[in-house]
Amino acid sequence: MQQFGGIATFIDRNDINTDEIIPAKYLTEISKKALKPHLLEDLRLDDGSFDPESKELQQASVLVTRSNFGCGSSREHAVWALEVNDINVVIGRSFARIFRQNMFNCGIIAVEVSAEDLDMFFALSPEVRVDVDIQSEQLTATGGDGKKVACSFTLNPFDRKLVDAGGWLVYADRNY
Amino acid sequence: MGQTIAEKIFAAHLRDTPTPNNMVLDIDVVMCHEITTPIAIVDLMDKGMDRVFDPSKIKAVIDHVTPPKDSKTATQAKIMRDWARRHKIKDFFDIGRNGVCHALFPEKGFIRPGYTVIMGDSHTCTHGAFGAFAAGIGTTDLEVGILKGVCAFRAPRSMKIEVTGTMPLGVTAKDIILNIIKQLTVNGATDLIMEFSGSVIESMDMSSRMTLCNMSVEAGATSGICLPDHVTAEYLWPFIKDDYASMDAAVDDFKKWHSDPDAVYEKTLQIDVSTLEPQVTYDFKPDQVKNISELAGSPIDQVYIGSCTNGRIEDIRAAAAILKGKTIADSVRGILTPATPAVYSQALEEGLIKIFMDSGFCVLNPTCGACLGMSSGVLAEGETCSSTTNRNFNGRMGKGGMVHLMSPVSAAAAAVTGEITDPRRFLN
Repeated sequence: MQQFGGIATFIDRNDINTDEIIPAKYLTEISKKALKPHLLEDLRLDDGSFDPESKELQQASVLVTRSNFGCGSSREHAVWALEVNDINVVIGRSFARIFRQNMFNCGIIAVEVSAEDLDMFFALSPEVRVDVDIQSEQLTATGGDGKKVACSFTLNPFDRKLVDAGGWLVYADRNY
Repeated sequence: MGQTIAEKIFAAHLRDTPTPNNMVLDIDVVMCHEITTPIAIVDLMDKGMDRVFDPSKIKAVIDHVTPPKDSKTATQAKIMRDWARRHKIKDFFDIGRNGVCHALFPEKGFIRPGYTVIMGDSHTCTHGAFGAFAAGIGTTDLEVGILKGVCAFRAPRSMKIEVTGTMPLGVTAKDIILNIIKQLTVNGATDLIMEFSGSVIESMDMSSRMTLCNMSVEAGATSGICLPDHVTAEYLWPFIKDDYASMDAAVDDFKKWHSDPDAVYEKTLQIDVSTLEPQVTYDFKPDQVKNISELAGSPIDQVYIGSCTNGRIEDIRAAAAILKGKTIADSVRGILTPATPAVYSQALEEGLIKIFMDSGFCVLNPTCGACLGMSSGVLAEGETCSSTTNRNFNGRMGKGGMVHLMSPVSAAAAAVTGEITDPRRFLN
């Protein structure tokens, strides 16, 4: 089964929409790989704390954000743009329905945790690593200074089946 | 315990319950457009799964960028076209017959009360106006829909929105839904189905109901839904007249889908529209909504009238009533895109296109175009657009552009003055 976790990148804002994750002008691509350079390229935070060119984003396999991530357009390109950049876990307070389902449909995970647990993750020193134990539903984040914080999460049982199967197409082809 | 309309539709389409809270539904209509479908087609072909579960239940259209603006969009259209031919999909709408999906498919009578409808497009919720369960999905869901005719959803939970009062002059369904989104916020209805009811909804035409349901997703809702009634039956009558002895019989039959009096809702929102003013968005989220009088005087560069939200004949009539005999401001570029060929044709017949052209508007063919910043009216950095569309996200209509969402009436008023304007000054 696929392993989840690794170096994390943080985006401290609610309501990041799929237009921001991947702008519509790239929806004319037929290949998922073509989305790779354009992940979050137009996203700007008010405090200037996000740089789409940053090394942190390039190296990340976990994205940590706030609430309602992935709202707006249904484009699965938003999930693929993460996927082709090797990001297979998004952690947030909540997700928009279609984005969340698109993640699990691709066999990768959107993890909802409490606001307090999120604050704890955001407070860690830079160069954070997040380990995801999907069986015991446990997240462990380690800051650059070695400090560790942990919390549990709950996956919807059906979403877990999709992850186990490697996505909805495989699951549906097997069952329907 | 009573059931909501959504619960009744789910129960009638249940294929599987892989867990008690997850339901796999049989889908009546799988709709496809050329932005999210070609990549599904290519993936299915790569996997040796290039099949369709039932070509009669698949409806396909090229609408987002049409005519194609470049080689890439031409290729997307070609993949769709070849696929539709290969699988003998009869209801495929190509150039000359194509229009914005969520306006075109209802016009063709494809959506009926009690249906389940999916599309790789977040505004699929529009079709809830017909008393159907209609939801936007991603490309993997679309692939499974095309291949197997099923889609998985969590067990439906609903919120009830009761709209009562008397609609003031200059206030439209667009203003009501913008106000609802303001009250709920952009994730206030996440994982919920918004069921619209109340005297205002009962007296609304289908076009207005579609506008309401269309933007339910902007509050995070899975779908909007209206109870099918005589208004629904009248709209659908040309398509269902052979199925029923009379229109009354159809209306009676539709009642089987109505929510029971003791149905359970997660929450309820009551709105009295009697004192509602025309609404407008500011900033970059659709819940950032103010009374238009608060933003009056802000200069604009472009007015865009069209889209699945407000590109139907009723919208064009309402805007034309303001534009008639007037010229738009020199500082403004006006763009009208009637949502479908039938709307365009009807607008021509009624002399509305002439009113728009005489006022200085550019009239485009039906397309989604600039609504999502793909073509046909993209903004430059720093420009502002008064738009009848559905999203004001940062960069939505072009990087660095600002979109103010409003009704067709308010957009027409803005075109005349060159600034955000309370449309009631032109109405009496």
